[in-house]
Amino acid sequence: MAYRVVHYINQFFANIGGEEMAHITPEVRTGALGPGLGLMREFQGEVEIVATVICGDSYFNENPEAAIKTIIELIKPFNIDGFIAGPAFNAGRYGTACGAICKAVQDELKIPAITGMYIENPGVDLYRKDIYIIETANAATGMRKALPLMANLMKKLLRGEEILDPEIEGYIPKGKRKNYFAEEIGATRAVNMLLKKLKGEEFKTEYPMPEFDRVPPGKAIKDLSKARIALVTSGGIVPKGNPDHIESSSASKFGVYNISGIEYLTNDKYQTAHGGYDPVYANEDPNRVLPLDALRDLEKEGVIGSIHPYFYTTVGNGTAVKSAKAFSEQIAERLRQDGVDAVILTST
Amino acid sequence: MVKGIEATGIPVVHICTIVPISKTVGANRIVPAVAIPHPLGNPKLTKEEEYKLRRRIVEKALKALTTEITEQTVFE
Repeated sequence: MAYRVVHYINQFFANIGGEEMAHITPEVRTGALGPGLGLMREFQGEVEIVATVICGDSYFNENPEAAIKTIIELIKPFNIDGFIAGPAFNAGRYGTACGAICKAVQDELKIPAITGMYIENPGVDLYRKDIYIIETANAATGMRKALPLMANLMKKLLRGEEILDPEIEGYIPKGKRKNYFAEEIGATRAVNMLLKKLKGEEFKTEYPMPEFDRVPPGKAIKDLSKARIALVTSGGIVPKGNPDHIESSSASKFGVYNISGIEYLTNDKYQTAHGGYDPVYANEDPNRVLPLDALRDLEKEGVIGSIHPYFYTTVGNGTAVKSAKAFSEQIAERLRQDGVDAVILTST
Repeated sequence: MVKGIEATGIPVVHICTIVPISKTVGANRIVPAVAIPHPLGNPKLTKEEEYKLRRRIVEKALKALTTEITEQTVFE
């Protein structure tokens, strides 16, 4: 008898639709679907996807508790041995959903649950300690490489086999340490490492330092009525026609646009360039993403000193962390030179 | 983005829907938003109600900017 698993995918991989269908609530279908068909080939009869759960990415992320509860109820009757989600590649909401549902299934049903993601997916940092996440490419073109690794890891977990090191199995390190017998004592290994370092050769540390990438909170504004506030967004609000051609995903640039004298954003002059959410609402009323109307009124009422005459915008959709970091450093430098006191940054 | 700007010392308030992501990327002042495609709005409301909702979120963000904090804080 084959092991029974349920596969979790989003509306896109279920071929239901793109961002306009990201609001759909969880549903279950029997058998494999989409990337599940590829997984079934890799399972070679040893594991069977008995059902596929589909949920919209926005629905899951806006209602995580309800989504998890519904999905667990949907899959219980299938009496499964394991659970597999995605892979989500660099899709942020999908990755967060895959991580959250895997953790919940693992905790509540006490069965192994795995997924796959690109290393920069925000779901990785949220769930890497809890679940096995196979490291994938940043886009679905990496499907063919991801599926055999995911299928293999699932099979091993179901068989109860020992899971080897992250580099061998292809998963993202969970931060666990395992005891083993080394051939040489620690002192010898340390000296060998030092010698390699001195010679400028490559060496591998036995204890990589964790990266603490945190910034201390900026000081609170003392007098709001004198403060200059800037609006920044990763929600892709741009002048109509997107004059600087900011990409709808994996943005390579940011835009700077003058809003002095503009009371609120109108849909004949502004739109979103973002390709990672349903643009209907932002295009109808761009203030829903960049709240110029409300902030302008607060400026008129004297609650804040002034609105910085320029807003800064990019598309945070699969944008490389490296790019986002570079944009923000350039934006920060200009804001600092312009004497901006505080920033409201909105994200979709 | 938030971190890169805040590194200069300018305080940043992050208005976003998926608070766990904001936390994991390291925003310090976080204000939860309405929904992913319309963080500061709700198309189901009338224009007036929707504006009030948006204004409340912006006011909350301003309050966050005037609040001294020492660690990541979500302003509900």
